[in-house]
Amino acid sequence: MKELEALATKAPASLTPQVLLETGLADGYVTKPGPAEGMFVAFNERGISAVQLGTDAAAFEDWFHGAMGRPAFAVADMPATLERRFDAAVAKGRVGTLPIDWSSMSEFQQLVLRKTAEILPGQVRPYSWVAREIGRPKAARAVGTALARNPVPVVLPCHRVVRNDGHIGNYAFGPEVKRSILEHEGMDVGGFEAMADRGVRLTGSNTTKIFCNPTCSDARRTTARHTVEFHSEDDARQAGYRPCKHCRPAAAA
Amino acid sequence: MDQKQLATDLDKAFGDLVAEFRDGLYSGVRRLVPQSVDAEDICAEAFLRAYRALADMALADIRRLDLGPWMWTIALNLSRNAARRRARKPWVRLDPAWSAAAAEGGPESLVLDRSHVETLLEELPHGQRAAVVLRYIVGLSYPEIATATGRPEGSIKADVHRGLERLRRSEAS
Repeated sequence: MKELEALATKAPASLTPQVLLETGLADGYVTKPGPAEGMFVAFNERGISAVQLGTDAAAFEDWFHGAMGRPAFAVADMPATLERRFDAAVAKGRVGTLPIDWSSMSEFQQLVLRKTAEILPGQVRPYSWVAREIGRPKAARAVGTALARNPVPVVLPCHRVVRNDGHIGNYAFGPEVKRSILEHEGMDVGGFEAMADRGVRLTGSNTTKIFCNPTCSDARRTTARHTVEFHSEDDARQAGYRPCKHCRPAAAA
Repeated sequence: MDQKQLATDLDKAFGDLVAEFRDGLYSGVRRLVPQSVDAEDICAEAFLRAYRALADMALADIRRLDLGPWMWTIALNLSRNAARRRARKPWVRLDPAWSAAAAEGGPESLVLDRSHVETLLEELPHGQRAAVVLRYIVGLSYPEIATATGRPEGSIKADVHRGLERLRRSEAS
């Protein structure tokens, strides 16, 4: 019977990933060109579960297992529809119809990131803006934490939220990467920070008497001749200006 | 593996189940399906069906389950249908690196160098072939094979006996 027993073999290494991927107990991931170096994109049947910048696959797999509590395996392709929507979302800087797997996030974090996804490419908002918009005006710090732990950066644009003092602030992959993504999206980061250094937080138009976040598309339409700068909401209101209804720089009074 | 955990936290324990049965299942299925059929796909499908069945099963039933034979009931049915069924389409294709790893010295390389006994095994009638494979390649006991196949233990013993007899006779000739 020795000949028969010798026919026992090990299963191919690919069997376990195949089973775990199809049962949804593991996610698949692919590598794509990212805004800096490479970009790992993990997904499952619910949608995109994680994005990380980098080139070290082992480090990504470790991070994923730790953060999600399940493994991620390299796969040859993303399902075609998902990939098309992912590429479109990255190219346009808008989530659009791309399905996201929200299941690893707390309700608060989902709220923060869904709100963040409303900020258009080329624009930024301070942490306090997100906090106020989701109805938790005192939670700016918690907003910062939720953004720092964003499992789907780039797609859910946590890079479009900046410090309340107008400096672009930190990023999971370094402030330089944040700056370069924002610049790539068409924002004048240098100009924005220079304005912040002068203490300017809001800008208004002296023809409409409306004040905006400085990167609001309406603010950017105002010609230099008609642009007025404000240090605070009070400042603007005292001058007789009302907040913009598009970028909502302050609660409507 | 922890069968109690399989009942209470299926998602966590299922990886252990796969780890425990993957080699046995693959070794056996590979000897039961035609060479044109990918044994790995059959095994993946068997695990997938096991997962879905466990997800719908009452806790008490999972605890009572004789896992090894139960996995083989699923795998035997799939192996038997394999020749007739259209090739399964996996949900995602794995990174080519996985099959490259399998190609160097992995189980696939053994297929090229088929031993005499492998060919003889394929010529056995299905019942005898399954009995011999489960007993000697997979290493199940007679009661386990009886549970897996739903046939009396006596018939299994007879099939193993006749199967081995035939293998020996063919080998001698």
